[in-house]
Amino acid sequence: MTKIIVLIVGIALIGFIIWWFFGKHEIATGTAKVTNNHQDIDIEVKGGYSPEEVVLEHGVPATLHFTRKDASSCLDHVVFSDFGINQALPQDKQVAVNIDTSKPGEYTWACGMDMFHGKVIIK
Amino acid sequence: MKIATRFWVSLVLSLPMLIEMILMPFTNFMLPGGHWTMFVLTTLVMLISARPFVTSAWASFQKHHSNMDTLVAIGTATAYIYSIYAMLTGKAVFFESAAFVITFVLLGQVLEEKMRDNASDAIEKLVNLQAKEAEVQRDGQFVKIPLAEIVAGDLIRVKPGQKVAVDGTIVEGTSTIDESMVTGESMPVSKAKGDNVIGSTINSNGTFIFKAEKVGDDTMLAQIVELVKKAQNSHAPIQNLTDKVSDIFVPVVLIIAIATFLVWYVILGANVADALIFAVSVMVIACPCALGLATPTALMVGTGRGAKMGILIKNGEVLEAVNDVKTVVFDKTGTITVGKPEVTDVIGDTKQIIAVAAGLEESSEHPLATAILTYAKAQAITAKPVQDFQAIEGKGVQAQVEGQKAFVGNDKLLADVQISADLKAQMQTLQNEAKTVVFVGLNNQVIGLIAIQDAPKATSKAAMAALHARGLKTVMLTGDNQRVAESIAKQVGIDEVIADVLPADKADHIKHLQHSGSVAFVGDGINDAPALTTANVGIAMGSGTDIAIDSGGIVLIKNDLRDVDTALALSKKTFNRIKLNLFWAFIYNVLGIPVAAGLFYGLGLTLSPEIAGLAMAFSSLSVVTSSVLLGKTKISAHPATV
Repeated sequence: MTKIIVLIVGIALIGFIIWWFFGKHEIATGTAKVTNNHQDIDIEVKGGYSPEEVVLEHGVPATLHFTRKDASSCLDHVVFSDFGINQALPQDKQVAVNIDTSKPGEYTWACGMDMFHGKVIIK
Repeated sequence: MKIATRFWVSLVLSLPMLIEMILMPFTNFMLPGGHWTMFVLTTLVMLISARPFVTSAWASFQKHHSNMDTLVAIGTATAYIYSIYAMLTGKAVFFESAAFVITFVLLGQVLEEKMRDNASDAIEKLVNLQAKEAEVQRDGQFVKIPLAEIVAGDLIRVKPGQKVAVDGTIVEGTSTIDESMVTGESMPVSKAKGDNVIGSTINSNGTFIFKAEKVGDDTMLAQIVELVKKAQNSHAPIQNLTDKVSDIFVPVVLIIAIATFLVWYVILGANVADALIFAVSVMVIACPCALGLATPTALMVGTGRGAKMGILIKNGEVLEAVNDVKTVVFDKTGTITVGKPEVTDVIGDTKQIIAVAAGLEESSEHPLATAILTYAKAQAITAKPVQDFQAIEGKGVQAQVEGQKAFVGNDKLLADVQISADLKAQMQTLQNEAKTVVFVGLNNQVIGLIAIQDAPKATSKAAMAALHARGLKTVMLTGDNQRVAESIAKQVGIDEVIADVLPADKADHIKHLQHSGSVAFVGDGINDAPALTTANVGIAMGSGTDIAIDSGGIVLIKNDLRDVDTALALSKKTFNRIKLNLFWAFIYNVLGIPVAAGLFYGLGLTLSPEIAGLAMAFSSLSVVTSSVLLGKTKISAHPATV
C-alpha cells in the first residue's frame, strides 16, 4: 500500500516538474526609464535575472544596472557576446553595463556558464 | 560569504566524519556522541556552506529555471532530511554524504574560479602594456602628462627605454622600436621621420618626437583589446548544442532521479535508504557545469594566445570554419609581395613617358601609381598638368594632356589602342621577368612602356610550403597580368593562378572556388573586402586598410604570410580542444548517470553520493584545466624554411 502511494506521489512529482519547467510561463519584461536622454534600468540577479527581457529605445545611450544578490558562482559574470562584454558581478554591489543602442535588434546575455539567459531588445 | 570560506568551513566540519568513515571498518571507531555529533556537524555545513545553494535554487525555481545549484540543493537536502528521520527512528543515517558532497562541490568551484581567472588574463596583460604618461609639448616645453590627457596633434617626445604612448608619425629623430608586444615580431624595427609608431611599443636606443594621431579608443592596441574581448566572449556555433542541452538538462535529471528512486523502492523492493542514495547520486553526478565551461574557456585561452603571437581571431565561428578549409586563396599585391612596387625599366623616351604618366597617376590611388611618382621624383621629372581625369575601371586612367588625349593603363587597354610590334615584343620579355608592364600613350597610340616590379616577401615561399604540408591547395587571385602572376607564383610555389581579375569579380571567383570545398582568402586592400567577406575564412593583413581588417575573421598583425599557417594551426587546436572538452563533459554525465542510478549494481559497480560529488567537481576542473593547457601546447610558430 505504501509503495503504491509512493509511486503515485513520485509520478505526480515528475508531472509537476514537466509542467513547471517546460510549460509556457510569462517572462518578466522591463522597459528602461529615460531621463536626460539616457536610459537606465535595474536588474536583480537572483536565481536568474529580473527582468529577463529589457526593452531599450534605439539611439538613446543605455545603462543596465546589475545587482547580484545570489551567492551562486554560476551568476558571478554577465556576458554580452554581441558587445564583447564580460563583466564580473561582485555580490550585493551594483554594476553598470553600458549598452550600445545604435543598432536595433535582439541581443542576448548570459551568465558566465551560459546557464541563465536574458535579452535586450532595442527598438 | 566567499566560496573559499564556505569550502574551508565545510571541509573542517566534514573531516571528523571522514576520519570515522575511514577508520570504522578496521577499528570500530565511532565519533563520540555518535549520530548526534554527525547531525550537529552536518547541520552546520548545511546552514553555513550549503545555504547559498538552496537560496539560489529556490530563487531560480520561482522563475521556472533550474541550474546546478538546484541539483546540489535537492540532492543534499534529501540526504540530510532523510537522515534526521532515520536518526529519530533508529535507522542507518547518511549525514556524511550530504556534508561530503557540499565539500567536494565547493572544492571544484574554488579551483575552477582560480582557473577561470588564469584563462581570462590575456586581456589584462594587453591593457597593462599601455604607457601611463608621456612627455608632451605644451607651450613650447615638454611636460609629463597622464595618458588620458593626450589629444590628437600633440607632439610627444620619447627617450630611450620609454614607451610610445599613442599611435602617430615621427616628425624628428630616429630610433629602433621593439614592437613585439603588438605585432609579435621579435626583431626591433628601425624608424625615422615619416614612419608610423604604435602606442605601447618600447623605444630602444634613440630619442624622437612624434605627432599623436590616434589616441584613446582609436589606438591600435585599444582596437586589438576590443577585438580580443569580443572574440573571447563570442559564441562558437558548436555551443548552441550545449545551450539547448543545459536548458532541459536539470529538470530531466530530476525526473531520472525520481524514477531511479521509484524503480529501486517500488519495483525492486530495496529499502528507502538505499533507493534514496541512488537517487541522490544521480542528482549529484549530473551537474552540467562542465558542459557550460567547455567552449568559453577554450575560446578564451585560444584567442588570447593568438593575440600574443600577433594573430587576432575575431570569433568562435571563424575557429569552426577553419576546420573545413581546403583551399587558401591569396591576393598578390601587398599580400604575397611586399606591396611596394618599383619602376625597373622604361622603354621609349623616358622623360616624356614619365612626365605624362606621373601627371595622370597623381590623382590615382593605385599602388603602381606610387611607384611611378616615386620614380619621377627620383629622376627629377616634372609631371605634366592634366584635365578631365577619368578612371577606366580595371584598365587604367585617361585625361587631357596639352590638348591631347593621354592614357596610362594595363594590357586590357590594348583592345582599344594601337601598339607597335617592337613594343609588344619588349612587353612580353618584361612580363616573363615577372614585371608588370604599364602602357603610356597619346591619341590611341602607345608611346612607351614602364616596367614595374613588386618582389615577393622573403617569407612567402616558406608560407606556401607550410600550407602544402598541411595538405591545402594554394591559389593566387590577382588583377595583374597572367604572365607576371605566373612568374611570381613559380617563385613562391603557388598551385594555381587566376589572373586578370577585375576588382569587382574577386568575390565571384571565391564563390566559384567554394564549389570544391571551404575557402580561406588572404588579402589586404579595399578591393579585397568583398572577397574577405565571401570566403569561409577571411584573413586580413594587419598592414592592410581598415576596411579589410573589418571584413576579415582573422587579422595577421605581423604581415608575415607564415602566420596564415600558424593561424590555421591555432584555430584547429582550439576547436579540437573545444570538442575534447565537450566529450569529457558529456562522458561524465552519460556514463555517470547510469552508474549512479545503480544500473550496474549487479556487477558490483555503484557510485555513492560523495564519490559522485567528487567526480562532478573534477569534471568541471578537468575541462577548465584542459583549456588552460591549450595555452601551453606547442604550436609550430614557423616551420623550417624550405
